[in-house]
Amino acid sequence: MRAVLLAKDQISVLLEALLQGRKLFAPVDDGGVMAFRQVGSPQEVVLDYHNSTVPPKRLFFPQSETLFRYGLEGEQLALEEPQPASGEKVLFGVRPCDARSFTLLDRVFTGGNHCDGCYQARRESYTVVGLACTHPRAECFCTSVGGGPFATAGSDVLVTDLGSDYLVEAVTDKGAALLEGLSGCREADEDSIRRRAEAQAAAEAALRGEISTEDVKRKLQEMWDDPFWDRLHEKCIGCGACTYLCPTCHCFDIVDEGSEQQGRRIKIWDSCMFPLFTLHASGHNPRPTGKERWRQRLMHKFRYWPEDHGEVGCVGCGRCVVDCPVNLDIRQVLRDVESLAKKVK
Amino acid sequence: MMTAENPYLPSPMRVEKVTVETEDRSIKTFDLSFIRKEDEQAFRYLPGQFAQLSVFGKGEAPFGIASSPTTSGLLQFSVSRIGLLTRALHQMEQGDLVGIRGPLGSSFPLQDMEGKDLLVIGGGFAFTTLRSLINYVLEKDNRGRFGKLTVVYGARTPGMLLYKDELEGWRQRNDLEFHVTVDAADDGWKGRVGVVPTAVTDIAPTADNTYAIVCGPPAMTRYTLPVLEKLHFPPERVVLSLEMKMKCGIGMCGRCNIGSRYVCRDGPVFTLAELRRLPPEY
Repeated sequence: MRAVLLAKDQISVLLEALLQGRKLFAPVDDGGVMAFRQVGSPQEVVLDYHNSTVPPKRLFFPQSETLFRYGLEGEQLALEEPQPASGEKVLFGVRPCDARSFTLLDRVFTGGNHCDGCYQARRESYTVVGLACTHPRAECFCTSVGGGPFATAGSDVLVTDLGSDYLVEAVTDKGAALLEGLSGCREADEDSIRRRAEAQAAAEAALRGEISTEDVKRKLQEMWDDPFWDRLHEKCIGCGACTYLCPTCHCFDIVDEGSEQQGRRIKIWDSCMFPLFTLHASGHNPRPTGKERWRQRLMHKFRYWPEDHGEVGCVGCGRCVVDCPVNLDIRQVLRDVESLAKKVK
Repeated sequence: MMTAENPYLPSPMRVEKVTVETEDRSIKTFDLSFIRKEDEQAFRYLPGQFAQLSVFGKGEAPFGIASSPTTSGLLQFSVSRIGLLTRALHQMEQGDLVGIRGPLGSSFPLQDMEGKDLLVIGGGFAFTTLRSLINYVLEKDNRGRFGKLTVVYGARTPGMLLYKDELEGWRQRNDLEFHVTVDAADDGWKGRVGVVPTAVTDIAPTADNTYAIVCGPPAMTRYTLPVLEKLHFPPERVVLSLEMKMKCGIGMCGRCNIGSRYVCRDGPVFTLAELRRLPPEY
């Protein structure tokens, strides 16, 4: 695969090239909030950032999307499907944790017996350019959950900041196609590959405090009735921020907007942390309190995901740690489970 | 089969007939017919499966299919008026349009049940998919594939029994043993009185070479399972159907899971052996 070096001030050459005939989505500073937005010029793009506040999953799995519009007239039902936006797109500057989350969401939306065609069309229309994490945040824990600051899963191209220049490596054929014909750069040399390895080792060293998700999974399989759950949720106010900011959370609701004659049906993000999420029409609720809901959130990511897909349903981005209003730190919760596992041994 | 389409598009169906089933008018059966021939041909289902019914402007909810696939040309759903969507359904009349997505979920394990005797135990409004199974088994071409058929069906009162005309027909048949019981009799009731678990205890069916298929309110299920255990039914041959709040029906929206299994995708039909391997969260 092609790997090229681009002087730091030449990144705009790459971005300009990507803008030719494509829509470019990249991190921008939107009034103090880092967010992925469509950009019209390289100057808008900010690459010295930690991570976006809201994960970029919304480009593939929008917070709200129309499934169809309906119109009823007598015995006639007219359904109008949304047309996916056409054209090639590039998602630039995604951190490896978020890029990996796309591969997890793929399993949910396209990996089973049913496939969400709208999601799939959006996914296929994008080429993902990852941005290696040279300076992980204090809240990051990607290496504990099967990822890494330089991991390439979910990226078609990986860009690494080497200080004076950027190393731009194609990861997939789709990524290689993106770099085809790129001028103003030179091929990567041995020195740059060495510097990349050093940067990777430094970043991985910064991600201390490994958690064994294998131990956690095994312990979770035997602690359904553990008193652990009685206290864990007490601090939680059930705001759902952790799930809305999570790059792998995929729960949604489906609701109708409109009259009996015309309107639309929408798919809209929902959260397992809300009491109404599992409330039956009869009034029965299998997860009536925060205890059951916290158990579900943790079990889903660290037990059910591995059981179902062989992978943990968390990419270690740390957003739920950064933005939890009551400082409930999922890494601490995992360590507590881990220490319970060790106690038994 | 994987189809990269919009899996949320419902097919239109016309309400052909509405039957009030119970004396309190809380349960109605809807006979629905497909508007488009191709939708009808694509909708191949088996007893135990469910579908998502749409009332446009109100939304969608899952319902077990009450008709048998051996009845062609229409689908039946028996709907209890409980929430927003079922209230809207109950106001529907002949000629009105609804939407349908399905069939969804697993069916009763018909292949495993072949050659076995069947003990069907139902209570209340959960009897709907059992009725589908009974009519499927009673169909001439299918009857020989299964052994003895015993049905135990209970309701709170005689007036709360579903499919009253059909039950009368079953009583006349000699290829099924049919027991009906009510929690509380009225003046005209000459049949059995008592709850379903007691009826099963009295009838004491043999577990030999027999599948028990149980659908009912939680209390009925809770007290029936120990009776079956006493009768030596192994959990692999006790079949249950679960209800759960659902939205997508295809294992994506994340709310109907019990452990790592989704009721919509891996159920709603489970054996007791399968359920015992899952956390008790339903």
